[in-house]
Amino acid sequence: MSRATREGKETREEKAARIRHLLATEGESVERNTKGFNAGRYDAVRELSDYEELKDEARAIKEDAISRLPELIEQVRETVEENGGTVYLADDAADANRYIREVCDDADAETVVKSKSMTTEEIDVNDALEADGTEVWETDLGEFVVQVADEAPSHIVAPAVHKSRETIAELFEARFDPDRPLETADDLTAFAREFLAEKIADADVGMTGANFVAADTGTLALVTSEGNARKSVAATDTHVAVAGVEKLLPRFEDLSPFVELIARSGTGQSITSYVTFLTPPGDAPTLDWDADTAGEGDRDFHLVLLDNGRTDLRGDDQLRETLYCIRCSACLNSCANFQHVGGHAFGGETYSGGIATGWEAGVHGMDSAAEFNDFCTGCTRCVNQCPVGIDIPWINTVVRDRLNREGDDRNFDFLVEGLTPDEESGRLDLQKRFFGNFSTVAKWGSATAPVSNWLARTPGVRALAERALGVDSRRDLPEFKRETLRKWFESRGGTRVEGANSGGTAAGVREAVLYPDTYTNHVAVERGKAAVRTLEALGVAVRIPDVPDSGRAALSQGMVSSAEAQARACASALAPHLDADRDVVVVEPSDLAMFRADYRKLLPETEAERIADNSYELFEYVYGLLENGGDADALRGAERETERGEQIGYHSHCQQRTLGLERYTTAVLEELGYDVSTSDAECCGMAGSFGYKREYYELSMEVGESLREEFAGDAQVVASGTSCCEQLTALRDDDVPHPIERIAPRN
Amino acid sequence: MTSLVGRFECEAADAGCEVRRTLAADFADALAESVERPAVGAPLPFTSVSLPEYVTTDPTPSDLDAAATGITPAQFAVAEYGSVAIRSTGGSDEAASLYPERHVAVLAESDVVGDMTAGIERMGKIVRAGGDAVFATGASATADMGELVVGAHGPREVTVVVVEDR
Ligand code: SF4
Repeated sequence: MSRATREGKETREEKAARIRHLLATEGESVERNTKGFNAGRYDAVRELSDYEELKDEARAIKEDAISRLPELIEQVRETVEENGGTVYLADDAADANRYIREVCDDADAETVVKSKSMTTEEIDVNDALEADGTEVWETDLGEFVVQVADEAPSHIVAPAVHKSRETIAELFEARFDPDRPLETADDLTAFAREFLAEKIADADVGMTGANFVAADTGTLALVTSEGNARKSVAATDTHVAVAGVEKLLPRFEDLSPFVELIARSGTGQSITSYVTFLTPPGDAPTLDWDADTAGEGDRDFHLVLLDNGRTDLRGDDQLRETLYCIRCSACLNSCANFQHVGGHAFGGETYSGGIATGWEAGVHGMDSAAEFNDFCTGCTRCVNQCPVGIDIPWINTVVRDRLNREGDDRNFDFLVEGLTPDEESGRLDLQKRFFGNFSTVAKWGSATAPVSNWLARTPGVRALAERALGVDSRRDLPEFKRETLRKWFESRGGTRVEGANSGGTAAGVREAVLYPDTYTNHVAVERGKAAVRTLEALGVAVRIPDVPDSGRAALSQGMVSSAEAQARACASALAPHLDADRDVVVVEPSDLAMFRADYRKLLPETEAERIADNSYELFEYVYGLLENGGDADALRGAERETERGEQIGYHSHCQQRTLGLERYTTAVLEELGYDVSTSDAECCGMAGSFGYKREYYELSMEVGESLREEFAGDAQVVASGTSCCEQLTALRDDDVPHPIERIAPRN
Repeated sequence: MTSLVGRFECEAADAGCEVRRTLAADFADALAESVERPAVGAPLPFTSVSLPEYVTTDPTPSDLDAAATGITPAQFAVAEYGSVAIRSTGGSDEAASLYPERHVAVLAESDVVGDMTAGIERMGKIVRAGGDAVFATGASATADMGELVVGAHGPREVTVVVVEDR
C-alpha cells in the first residue's frame, strides 16, 4: 500500500489543497495523539536518572553495529542456521517478496497473519501475497484499521493515529455490518480481537518484523503492547520474520539500553506490555484449533534480512546515521508540523516524520523524499529527543541540497538572478533561491526603503511574488528600515561606554561584538538598539562591525555550498574580534545556532570550536553579566518597581531551546520583576521562511494557533526569534517584540 | 531504601497489576483469591508450591478458549519496570499467559532483579540456554481504537503472586 504517488509535479496550489484537506480530516486526531505521546515522553525520560548515558550507550552500540554490518550478517546467518532456521539476505523488495511467496507456497499457505512491521510495509509484501491469492491479515489493531480502510499508516509506531474512535466505528460498521452496534473503543477492540482470533486460528504462516536482532544468539526482540505477535507465531508452523539489516546488534546484552529507551521515546510508556525475545525456531507448541491440539512446536523459521538500499546508505557519509534509527517515533511526536498534519502529508511511500527523509531517500529514492522533505523546517526540536542522537535536521538539509541540484525550475529566473549570488547551480527552485538569499534581498530593501516596502505591498507585485516565488500573499512582508542598525550605531558615534574608543579600549572594560544579523540590521532594528542600550548599561563596550550573513537562510533551504561559503566569510569577519578577545553576542537564536552548532558541519573544527565557545545568546550574556556583579538597577526593570509581578508570556525559539538557552531569558525577566509564563508548543509554525510559503501557509497558521491559545490569557507576549515574533504578531494582532525591548533602559 | 520486592510491587501496581504477597504455606489460599475458573496453567517449579487440582495443565486450544484464568510461573522479575519474565518455549506457559482474560504469574521473591541491565543479563542466560521468554508488564493494551483500551489480544487483568519464602 503505497501513498498516492504523483504523476508529474504537484503545484503549490495542489499541495496547499492537499494539506488543507488533511488538516480538516485527520489533523485533530493526529494532534491529540501525538501531543499525548510527546508529553508522555517528556515525563517518561525524566524518570531515568541516566537518560543521557543510556542514549550515548545506544548510539555507540549502533555505530559499532553498522560499522561491522557485513560481519554481523554472516554471524547471524551462522547462528540462525545452527539453531535450525534459514536466513535469506534480500537485495531489494522484489527479491524479498519472491522469497516470501516461495515460503508461503511451500507451506501451502491460504492465510498469513502478520504482526506490525514497517519493513513489510516498505516491501509491500501484502500486495505481493494477495496477488497469489493468499489472504493476509494484519493483527496489530492499528495496522488492521488501516488495512480495512485501505490506507497507508500515518505514523511509524501508531499507524492509525489519524483516525478517531468515531471514524473507526463508521469504518467497521460499513465493512463488517456487525450484529451489535460498535460504540466504545472497548467494543471496537473486542470486535477486532474476535475477528482476528479466527484468522489467527486459521493461519498457516505467521509473519513478524523485529525491532532488534541479536547476531550472537539469533534472537529477535519484538516490542509490542497487544500480544498479537506471539499469538501469530504460536498459531502457525511457519514463521517468517522480515527485518532490515540495520536491526542487527552484536550481542544479546546490547539490547538493554534500547529496551529502556524505545517505549519511553515513542509513546511515553516506560516499557510496552510485551518485550518478546524469540530465538526461532524454538519449541513453543503449535496450537491447532482444527485438531484441538497443542502440537510439538516443530516450526519452520525464515529470517529475511532486507538490504533494499541500506548498503548504499551505509556507504553515504552524510546519511549513514539513518541506519541508527530504532523507529521509536520521538522525532514525529516532537515535531510541531507533524503534530498537526501527520504522516499522510509529512511522510513518503512508507515512513513518516523527520527521519523518513533519510529512510525514503535510502530505500525508495529521492522522488519519495522530495514529496515531503520541506515539512522539516530545521527547528531542531527532535534532535535532543532522538534516543540514538541522530542529527535529523541535517539529514533533511543534505537531502534538500541533493534535491536542489536536481531541480529544473527556470521559468522565472530573471526575477531572482540579480539577487541571488548563490553557489548552487541555476537549477535550484526559485522559492528556495529567494528565501535562501534573503540577506541580499534585505540589503536592497533597506537601500531603497520606503520604495521597497510600497512595492512589496503593491497587489501586482504580491501576485507575481506568489505565483513565481510562492510567497503567500496573506502574509505581511517584513518592513525594511532605511536606517539599518549599523547606520544608526555609526551615526550615534559608536559605543557610549566610557573608556572605549576607536583607538582601543581601556583595560578592564569588557568588549563585545553585537552580531548584526539580517533581520536585526534591516528589519527589527529596534531590538538591536535595545540590545546596545542594555549591554552598555551593564558596562559593555559594544561594536557592530560589518559581519555578513551567517548562512542560516541558505542552509534552511538546503543550499549547503552557499551556506558553507557564507560561513567562511562570516568566520573571517569575526576572526580579528576573536583574536582581540571580544565576545560575540547574538540576538537571533537561529544565527546563534549556526555559530554554536551548524558551523561544526560547515567549517574546520578548530575554527568552528572557537566561534562556538565565544558566542552567546543575548539573554545568556545579560544573565552572565548580572551574575557577575552587573547592576540590574541600570535596566528598565528597576524603573518598574511599582509594577512588580507584571504578567508576561514568553515564547522561546525552537533552536534556542534545543541549545538549552531558554532559561536565561526567563531568569532575567523574573529578576527584573516579571511574572513569566512560558509556552509548551514545540515551534511557532513560522520557522523562518516556512510560514511564508504559499503551500504551507495554512499548516503554519494551524501550528501557530496552538501557541496563540497557550498565551490567550496573557496581556503581553515576547518572543526571541524574529519569525516567532512575526507569527505571534499576526495571530494576536498585537505587537510581539523581543524581550530585550522590555528590559532595555530608555534612552 | 525500599527492598527490591517493594520496588517491584510499586512498579507492577503502576503498570496495572494486582500484586499479592504470600508465604508458600498459604499459597493455595492466595491463589484462590486471584483465580476465576475454569483455569489453565503451567506447572510451578518452586518447592512445595504447586497448582491446585482444578487447573488444567497442557491445555488444548479449546481449553484455552474456555479458560477464565491462566496461571504460570514467572522466571524472574525486574523491579524497576514491574516486569515479569514469562517463558515461551516448551510447555504451555505462553499460551496460558496470553489467551485467558486473566493471567496470574507466580513469582519467587528471590527471583527479583533490580534494573534492566540485570534483567537483560538474566534473560541472556535463558536465551543462551535455548529458551524464549517475554517481559510482560501489566495487561495487554492498545491505543489504536481512538482511546486507550486495556485488554487487546492478550489478558485484561494480571495478578502477580509473590511467594516470599521462595
Ligand atoms: S530518528 Fe531517532 S527519534 Fe526519530 S524515529 Fe529514529 S530513533 Fe526515533
